[in-house]
Amino acid sequence: MPKDEFQARDFKIVGTRPLRPDGIDKVTGKARYGADVTAPGMLWGAVLRSPHAHARIVSIDTSAAEAMKGVKAVITRADFTYQPDDPGLADVLDNCMAGEKARYDGHAVAAVAATSKKIAHDALDAIKVEYEVLAHVTDVDEAMKPDAPVIEAGRQQENVPAGLSENVTSRSKYGHGDPEAGFSQADLVIERSFTTAATHQGYIEPHACLATLGADGQGDLWVCTQGHYMVRNTCAGLLGLDAGMLRVTASEIGGGFGGKTHVWIEPVALMLSRKAGKPVKLVMSRDEVFRATGPTASSSIDVKIGMKKDGTITGATATYRLQAGAYPGAIAFLSAMCGFAPYDLENVRTEGFEVMTNRPKAAAYRAPGAPMAAYPVESVIDELCQKLDLDPLETRLKNAADEGTKSAYGPTYPAIGLKATLKAAQSHPHWTAPLGENQGRGVACGFWFNFGGDTCVSLMVNPDGTVSLSEGNPDIGGSRASMSMMAAEELGVPLDQVRTIIADTASLGQNEVTDGSRVTFAVGLATIKAARHAIEIMKERAAMTWGIDPEAVDWHDGAAHPAGPNAGKFPPMTIKEIAAIASNTGGPIAGHHEVNAEGAGVSFATHMVDTEVDPETGAVKVLRYTVFQDAGKAVHPDYVEGQFQGGAAQGIGWAINEEYIYGEDGRLQNPGFLDYRVPVASDLPMIEPVILEIPNPGHPYGVRGVGETSIVPPLAAIANAVSRAAGVRLTSLPMSPPRVLAALKGQ
Amino acid sequence: MSQIHVTATINGDETEFLCDPTETLLDVLRDHLDLTGSKEGCGSGDCGACSIILDGRLVCSCLVLAAEAEGRSVETIEGMAEGDKLHPLQEKFIEHAALQCGICTPGILVAAKNLLERNPNPSEEEVRYWLAGNLCRCTGYDKIIRAVMDTAAEMRGAA
Ligand code: FES
Ligand code: FES
Repeated sequence: MPKDEFQARDFKIVGTRPLRPDGIDKVTGKARYGADVTAPGMLWGAVLRSPHAHARIVSIDTSAAEAMKGVKAVITRADFTYQPDDPGLADVLDNCMAGEKARYDGHAVAAVAATSKKIAHDALDAIKVEYEVLAHVTDVDEAMKPDAPVIEAGRQQENVPAGLSENVTSRSKYGHGDPEAGFSQADLVIERSFTTAATHQGYIEPHACLATLGADGQGDLWVCTQGHYMVRNTCAGLLGLDAGMLRVTASEIGGGFGGKTHVWIEPVALMLSRKAGKPVKLVMSRDEVFRATGPTASSSIDVKIGMKKDGTITGATATYRLQAGAYPGAIAFLSAMCGFAPYDLENVRTEGFEVMTNRPKAAAYRAPGAPMAAYPVESVIDELCQKLDLDPLETRLKNAADEGTKSAYGPTYPAIGLKATLKAAQSHPHWTAPLGENQGRGVACGFWFNFGGDTCVSLMVNPDGTVSLSEGNPDIGGSRASMSMMAAEELGVPLDQVRTIIADTASLGQNEVTDGSRVTFAVGLATIKAARHAIEIMKERAAMTWGIDPEAVDWHDGAAHPAGPNAGKFPPMTIKEIAAIASNTGGPIAGHHEVNAEGAGVSFATHMVDTEVDPETGAVKVLRYTVFQDAGKAVHPDYVEGQFQGGAAQGIGWAINEEYIYGEDGRLQNPGFLDYRVPVASDLPMIEPVILEIPNPGHPYGVRGVGETSIVPPLAAIANAVSRAAGVRLTSLPMSPPRVLAALKGQ
Repeated sequence: MSQIHVTATINGDETEFLCDPTETLLDVLRDHLDLTGSKEGCGSGDCGACSIILDGRLVCSCLVLAAEAEGRSVETIEGMAEGDKLHPLQEKFIEHAALQCGICTPGILVAAKNLLERNPNPSEEEVRYWLAGNLCRCTGYDKIIRAVMDTAAEMRGAA
């Protein structure tokens, strides 16, 4: 259980909607992203990638490329002489630069640095790679069969049952009770199989970095990433560097959604720089982004749920098979934990299989594992409701988890907001609005854990009494604004007195990546604690000035006030007055806080969507969309709403359009935004956000992470809406026109 | 390969540059002129992050060869504000929180400005279709559309 940090209070700044501090730079084009910087003497890097899904690398001849004018360095795996002993790091290295085998279409096999982009790309053409093409497998169910081509032998854990291919690297299990006994009490049991396609995070900014690494082992890296400490630690581990010698600065980041919580080009750029003795800029093309980075797992899932006539779920099971890409994965276990998390169940069992295939290594994507976990569960619940003639919201409410529920994945919940989201959905006008012909309304719930993790914040009170806040998490969606707001709230100063920056790795201690919806929660918590630390110091300084006990000083409204028996004896000292004389009262004033934050507070949402299905073409149009989600406390409601809307839009893409398509040859057929179609403005309606605030007991202001849960319900909500509109249950994503048409025809 | 000498008007200033025949206008803006406000999201005309105005027409600068800019007028995001005075669209985008990561923002602002110059009173649907070539992965477009509509209303009121 989380510590009880929450204290109810009236807010002055938190909960308002001030203009974001980085806004002007971003609307004028001044903000510097990953690819927007240069360095004196800089070279351009480029990466050669495998055209084969699975091939042994027989030889690589780089001599012709090296001889070209303007080429300053060519590297292959042979240049990475340091061998990390950690198997996870060894996988990362092999993914960044292939060793014995190319494991997927797009796997890096060599790289060059040259004096221009053009020369670098010409040099790639001059590298001769001899491949011995191997049999490949890109489908998760195929890859599990005992006779499937094996991506890498010897990686299977003991918990995998016999009879499966070595591609199945692990199995996880969760749950409690006896589902079989539960099914026998049910009035109706439905069992169905589902599939979801791999989708890409689709951030508009491709991966980019500028690397400098000297022969002395000192380096600097500018990079767009969700976690520059992770980049530093990983690159140091791959190249055998001391982490303290490598300074990593996070650029502005053009979207990540989990896809920038890993490294691909950064160790390559550093190696090129070391070999060439010059700074190297390496920027991925969109084709490279699709072929080599990102995607989330595709999945194949069986779900079985038993329900009584009154809507009570009596038993539930799910088996999740997730395609992890070319290295052992770690997403299926999250699916197995999340699928039934919204419900209070007596009998529930889930299992998850991680399966290697000849695809790029699956990466985190916004609530990794949870959307494909919720989709089949919420679909089967919807079908049960249809067949038992039950109200889908009322039925979910009847089974909903609440404070004290033992979750399907183990822990018992503290105060949670699921029921609040369902009740808000019931009373929203959307729920009772009329529907037209070929239209259907779907609802679904979703869950995400939220994380805390290592966090370090430093808050400086400057000599003029203004405040500089340093945090270590790249700001993707407006978090600098939220941090400034929490610092100003706690200190009792106007918001414009606080400026928040993202410090580089040499200026602040370790910070976990911007993931798990952790930043507003964990960095916010550390910011509040750092402010409290600075307040303690300022109270001491005031007490010293007044010649009274520091315990007899109160802090409010940005000033120290004598309290207790001394109340009113001295005029308050403002932060500016205290700062002005800091030099005479003990020196500079700064607060800081370091923590491995716990108590992130789980998050739930209910989504409601209306769709129209065109019976002629099978095209699905989203007509109306409403998101109900618990934010704990919305620090800056505009950006909370933005997270709700953005996650819903990504979920809509996943449900209707987006899909990695592989050919018979194992090559990705749609590595571009033309053929991998993310939702565009004309595809979507307005997305109405409804913020619920059920305080998280683990945060001083009650904040919960909000960034990820919003992508969990849409897959099922839309599938339910489409199935109701079409009069037939759809069990495969995306519900693209040909699939919907086939389902309509098959009725 | 010999370089081509080009003279163009960029954000109102006469600008000369040398470029390779294969370089795009986006390459030159970003790599030679340090106008990095135009972004490369795809390089194939599919994302709109590189949107600029070429002789009054909205184009993807990744699809224009730099040499084609000879004698023409180029407007980029860097030319949108006048000194420290933001264009109303820029103000409204901040006010409506119409950006999260902001990588799509320059292209969308350039495209939206071009729309409002042609059609000061667009419907929501017209805004959505005009901006359909500009991908935003963060916002779901909701606040972007609102910001554009609100700017249009305000500019009509002010006119
Ligand atoms: S970079 Fe030009 S359209 Fe994407
Ligand atoms: S704000 Fe990030 S892509 Fe639009």
